[in-house]
Amino acid sequence: MLTGKPGSLPYREEKPCCFLALIQKLSTFAVDFLTINFLSMLNPYETVFIATPVLSESQMKEAVNKFKKIITDNKGEIVYEEDWGLKKLAYPIQKKSTGFYHLIEFKAEPDLIAKLETEYRRDERIIRFLTMKMEKYAVAYAEKKRARKASEQNQEDV
Amino acid sequence: MAQDNSEIRYLTPPTVEIKKKKYCRFRKNRIKYIDYKDPEFLKKFLNEQGKILPRRLTGTSLKFQRKVAVAIKRARHLALLPYVTDMLK
Repeated sequence: MLTGKPGSLPYREEKPCCFLALIQKLSTFAVDFLTINFLSMLNPYETVFIATPVLSESQMKEAVNKFKKIITDNKGEIVYEEDWGLKKLAYPIQKKSTGFYHLIEFKAEPDLIAKLETEYRRDERIIRFLTMKMEKYAVAYAEKKRARKASEQNQEDV
Repeated sequence: MAQDNSEIRYLTPPTVEIKKKKYCRFRKNRIKYIDYKDPEFLKKFLNEQGKILPRRLTGTSLKFQRKVAVAIKRARHLALLPYVTDMLK
């Protein structure tokens, strides 16, 4: 240690220089990345929640609108939503054997997810929820599914 | 003696099994995403108690077995599939 001290002095002088340069470079990169992110990059998410079967239809609609509003108020945009209606649960949750399922696909910034999930937790009507970030194949799959559904509906109409 | 040696005799005739080569259905059908919202499809990868079947039985490749496992766990969380049961099928 002691013998190494004089030798390491010039080295130490050099090191911060390198380090600073590196930090500067990195920070410029980070700034670039962030600006790009803020301008155009919104992540695709998908959320499913289960509401208690006790609700009436209008109450259920109100609950759905509440969560949609949370998404749109926080600069998110809703891509798609689907109501699965009253479904039987595979196992009882909070002593209930059925529940209203609702799916929302949306694009948003990552901060929104925490807010949305705290709202889910606070709301007594919601008995279960799942939010996930969609990978690119998931997005493709969802779009394909939607297209298929739309074409089926068209055929029915004709 | 010479005759006995030349001919191999079995008490029970050996059963020749034609092994079907297992394949990964996701690779074969070019499925890239496994949907957790489709419990009927995911049931193919569960046994009667609702446990996830091993790769050695289903033939799924490792990459997709991981995805199947994640999808099944998500479906279980949403009560689309049970965690434990009997006589699932």
